[in-house]
Amino acid sequence: MPVWSVRSERCKGCRLCVEFCPRHCLEISNELNAIGYYPARMHDAGKCTSCALCADMCPEAGIIVVRRKRKKKT
Amino acid sequence: MIVTTRQPVSTSERAVRTPAPAKRLVKGNEALALGAVAAGAECFFGYPITPQNEVPEILSYWMPKLGRVFLQAESEVASINMVYGAAAAGHRAMTSSSSPGISLMMEGLSYIAGARLPCVIANVMRGGPGLGNIAPSQGDYFQAVKGGGHGDYRCIVLAPWNVQEMYELPALAFDLAERYRMPAFVLTDAVLGSMLEPARVPLEFPPLVRREQDWTACGRGNRAHKNVVHSLYLDPEVLSAKCEELQATYRRAACEVRFDERLIDDAQVVVVAFGISARLALSAVSALRRRGEKFGLLRPITLFPFPSERLSALAKRVRGMMVFELNSGQMVEDVRLAANGACPVEFFGKMGGVLPPPEELVEVFSKRFAR
Amino acid sequence: MHSCADNLVTDTPDDEFECVAHRPNSMSDKPLHYCPGCTHGIIHRLVGEMVDEFGLLDRTVGICPVGCAVFAYEYFEFDSIEASHGRAPAVATAVKRADPRRFVFTYQGDGDLAAIGTAETVHAAARGERITVFFVNNGIYGMTGGQMAPTSLPGQKTTTSPGGRDPALTGHPIAVCEMLSTLPGVAFAARVPLTSPKNVNLARRYMRKAIRAQLENIGYGIVEFLSTCPVQWGLTPIAAMKHIDADVIKVYPPGVFVDRVPDARAAPVGAETDAGSST
Repeated sequence: MPVWSVRSERCKGCRLCVEFCPRHCLEISNELNAIGYYPARMHDAGKCTSCALCADMCPEAGIIVVRRKRKKKT
Repeated sequence: MIVTTRQPVSTSERAVRTPAPAKRLVKGNEALALGAVAAGAECFFGYPITPQNEVPEILSYWMPKLGRVFLQAESEVASINMVYGAAAAGHRAMTSSSSPGISLMMEGLSYIAGARLPCVIANVMRGGPGLGNIAPSQGDYFQAVKGGGHGDYRCIVLAPWNVQEMYELPALAFDLAERYRMPAFVLTDAVLGSMLEPARVPLEFPPLVRREQDWTACGRGNRAHKNVVHSLYLDPEVLSAKCEELQATYRRAACEVRFDERLIDDAQVVVVAFGISARLALSAVSALRRRGEKFGLLRPITLFPFPSERLSALAKRVRGMMVFELNSGQMVEDVRLAANGACPVEFFGKMGGVLPPPEELVEVFSKRFAR
Repeated sequence: MHSCADNLVTDTPDDEFECVAHRPNSMSDKPLHYCPGCTHGIIHRLVGEMVDEFGLLDRTVGICPVGCAVFAYEYFEFDSIEASHGRAPAVATAVKRADPRRFVFTYQGDGDLAAIGTAETVHAAARGERITVFFVNNGIYGMTGGQMAPTSLPGQKTTTSPGGRDPALTGHPIAVCEMLSTLPGVAFAARVPLTSPKNVNLARRYMRKAIRAQLENIGYGIVEFLSTCPVQWGLTPIAAMKHIDADVIKVYPPGVFVDRVPDARAAPVGAETDAGSST
């Protein structure tokens, strides 16, 4: 399972990651963060494929995606 | 006798002094251009405007020949911002122009002052306001000495009075600009730019000496931290501190005063004039001396910092001061501040490019201080 | 990828895991000040990615604009110079010419590049300056409060065109890439809407070419990003992107307008295959 993390103290809740996640595994939290926004969070990690499209769209450069290495092609 | 309050020793000034070629007939603008080359200018950016066009023309030959940068910009606005960029990256950068073009540079100059960048701007002054004409003028004294652009800033201002100084002062301008990290003007005019005069101006130049400075935005290289050149400080407390720092720098630069005194020791009236006016004034002073009238001349070479201390001291012992400028009375304000009421300060000026003959000056000076 | 793994609480050895998305090393850790959903942040990240990818951190000088991105220099780790409004191309010209080994880019908005700085923009392009221009076109003056820009759409309501922009009164939008494409000094000019991960990836491809136009001494390179200004447009970030796809691209067609940069000999390893193609 990939490791997905957003720096939720930086997140301004713009929803772009939620919108563009092809597997719909992200959502907006219902708890305010320290800067007054509802940050994004992972709600269905099992569906995440580590495609990192969420990170591509994140305007805060705040999403980190780590996955198990794939077998190298020869 | 030229009086300097501080004798700088730096690479560029030595470079100017080392070759001592024979005198030849040199045009003022040519001397200014070659003076910039000798001073180690690495980059020149400019836009054509009369009466300074020989400066970019000559540099367009010499700078590429010596592996340096010459670029004719699309405007004076672009020129001064190119100077800003080159100076921010740590290069000796220069531009030259004439009055209307200098007006266009004022925004960029304020940014240069705000970011504490050294650079040299030559202003070969012409008649104004507006398009004015291309005849000599000293109408840009306020603009150069008092600021010109927005905000509280100053520039070093040097005023040559002959072709030899047109060659020598760019080097001093670069040295002072770098010593205090502030822009420096060479403030001259259409007569000096266009006149031919014998001067020692070499046509061979020492190689550039690159000076590494720790504040330049030139690419990080191996530096542990990034450098940013900017003048934006949103926090009033921070900007206030930065402004205080600038003002402290300008106070420190006060020790760089340079002026030229003639026939001062027993003078009862001191004529104060700079640049081309000082030459006319000296002719008049000499003629008055022949008539037995004890006039002397003080010629500020640095208009900022201004020789206020010396003028204050003189004001206490002379009958009066006579200021002559090719404008409606600009430097006279600084002379009056220096004299501070200790003696009368009279003014005579001509505008529009009219140069009074020395006989006219003799009559005016003599009449103003008749017993 | 230590900078990435360091941020994660994991006891797993590095060699089993790989980082597929992280903040570029060329970016500082300072939180961005832009409004929620503003595409400035995406473009900043792309700039950082490019500087990382080309290994340019030690010789980059970024020229920052006036406008929303006035503090761009706070978010990067390379040297920067703040230019006055519109003059970034002149500043960049000098920095590059004074030492051509540098990588010099400008980051400019539409008011900066296409209004007050039009002369500097056109002449830097005409001279074929070896600089790279990242042009953020959101059709509005964001920082000053949403005034009309030279790039505002016909009919667009702004704080200085409250009845909608009337071309009879204020002219038609300036299409910068089309205008510059007539100049032989331009080596690469392309426009991309930042409205989807696919387009973000396309933006990367364009940026690589615009950077190579400089590094390979071919000429001036510009990438125009059709960007959102959700707050001043009065739209949510997602609705703002939909507005670009539906309306803005009719006035500003995306695409490559000039490409004198030869195709790369081989695609950079992993650079384009990580995102989007893995599922």
